[in-house]
Amino acid sequence: VMMPGTAVSDPDDDSLTINGEISIVTEVEAPAHAENLSTIYSGWRFRSDETQAFQMDDFDNPGMIGVENAMVNWETVDGTEGKSCESCHGAPEDMAGVRAVYPKWNEDKGKVTTLEMEVNNCRETRMGAEKWKYTGGDMTDMVALISSVSRGMPVDVAIDGPAKATWEQGKELYYTRTGQLELSCANCHEDSYGMMIRADHLSQGQINGFPTYRLKNTKLNSVHARFKGCVRDTRAETYKPGSPEFVALELYVATRGNGLSVEGPSVRN
Amino acid sequence: MKHLIIGFTAMLTASTAFAEAVKPTDVVFVDGAVETSLSGVAGDPAVGAEIMNKGAGNCIACHQVSALSHLAFHGEIGPPLDGVADRWTVPELRGIVANAKVMFDGSLMPSFYRTEGFIRLGDAYTGEAHGGGEVQPLLTAQQVEDVVAFLVTLKEQ
Ligand code: HEC
Ligand code: HEC
Ligand code: HEC
Repeated sequence: VMMPGTAVSDPDDDSLTINGEISIVTEVEAPAHAENLSTIYSGWRFRSDETQAFQMDDFDNPGMIGVENAMVNWETVDGTEGKSCESCHGAPEDMAGVRAVYPKWNEDKGKVTTLEMEVNNCRETRMGAEKWKYTGGDMTDMVALISSVSRGMPVDVAIDGPAKATWEQGKELYYTRTGQLELSCANCHEDSYGMMIRADHLSQGQINGFPTYRLKNTKLNSVHARFKGCVRDTRAETYKPGSPEFVALELYVATRGNGLSVEGPSVRN
Repeated sequence: MKHLIIGFTAMLTASTAFAEAVKPTDVVFVDGAVETSLSGVAGDPAVGAEIMNKGAGNCIACHQVSALSHLAFHGEIGPPLDGVADRWTVPELRGIVANAKVMFDGSLMPSFYRTEGFIRLGDAYTGEAHGGGEVQPLLTAQQVEDVVAFLVTLKEQ
């Protein structure tokens, strides 16, 4: 009876500075709660030099088109209250630091919320506007804008306090082997990162780079859309974007990346 | 005449049983190995080689196989399969392909001839729930035999 092999991790040695000024931490000691990892890496380190290059300058980063689109929405009045995001939040730059701490416990709602949930909450209850589709273009562009102003800041998502139960639920989901292929997130992104699975070089599945512009589908992709794709690939019934399960999973996965820099919008294949 | 009929029926039953596949739930494993053919029909190594590269087989997603080096992108999750027939007997290879988790506890390798015990079983790669009809194994009994017939050709000694 053979024993499973141990993971040979081989992210490359490149380092990332965006626009020659924002330096990005793509490798750092793993936080203690990521029990089975000693070092955490951004997904950027597992991509080819060509793909990496797209992210080094905003003029080459196709994800920045989404950021520009969101800038228009930011200042555009929508809904019955006659307000735009700008009316209350000022410049997008005033959101610096927000991406780094989400998902986060929301005292009013009594639950952990994601950036998408916060945006829709403002749209519906504060602007009197229609909510955006959770993984839709307007929403993902807006999350990209909010992320972009936090680039270079360390991900610092809280585990303790009232978020703890949700975090535990996310951890449970991370290690559950789903679908007919019976693979968990951990099987691919913890046990096998650095290895090839068919044509794909497996990363640690970190979400510090979200939203990610994927060369494969030529658009910005949200965290839950990516989760959905990965679960589907195990021949499983996925959870829905925005569902409590995916919110919990996002919280857990985000904390596995505590210490990496916020990188979104990033570029991946 | 009566004897003749009984004899004829017995023959029919025997040959039907022989050609009928062993159900996924009826496969008998002994130390991870499966002694008898699942389909009762000899496997075709050429068909097996194709299954290694496509559909629900796609073994090279995880394994390198030098004999299939004309195909692009071999994965690294499992060990290279070169010389695998020197390491394992036919019943062992059949057991590994049918349900590797019996041979290798907790293996990352999917169980290709199993239909029970899944969590959130989907409808293939749609992301939707499995409809509730009969669950089909990833590979049919004959496809398992075809893959095993191909693996048997992977000898180095
Ligand atoms: C009428 C005022 C108002 C408008 C308009 C508004 N917001 Fe808000 N927003 C708030 C308030 C109040 C909060 C909660 C307190 C806080 O964190 O600032 C909030 C919270 C947020 C948060 C969470 C911030 C954090 O630090 O936790 C995000 C993200 C956000 N809003 C995005 C948006 C976006 C994007 C729009 C436009 C589509 C928008 N908001 C429109 C008032 C508004
Ligand atoms: C069968 C293997 C497999 C499983 C299981 C799997 N993934 Fe993935 N995942 C991939 C591949 C392949 C990629 C693309 C290459 C990469 O970035 O790792 C990917 C990419 C990702 C990314 C994008 C990383 C980046 O830097 O952009 C995230 C996030 C992710 N996966 C999270 C998850 C989560 C959470 C789960 C469990 C719900 C999961 N994955 C399950 C194979 C898998
Ligand atoms: C998701 C990954 C994955 C897929 C897909 C996969 N395997 Fe495996 N396989 C493994 C791993 C991992 C092992 C190592 C055994 C263990 O789990 O300890 C293994 C072991 C084996 C072994 C024993 C190898 C040795 O040298 O001892 C054989 C034979 C084998 N696999 C054949 C196949 C065939 C045939 C297919 C397709 C029908 C297949 N595998 C698909 C992951 C995979």
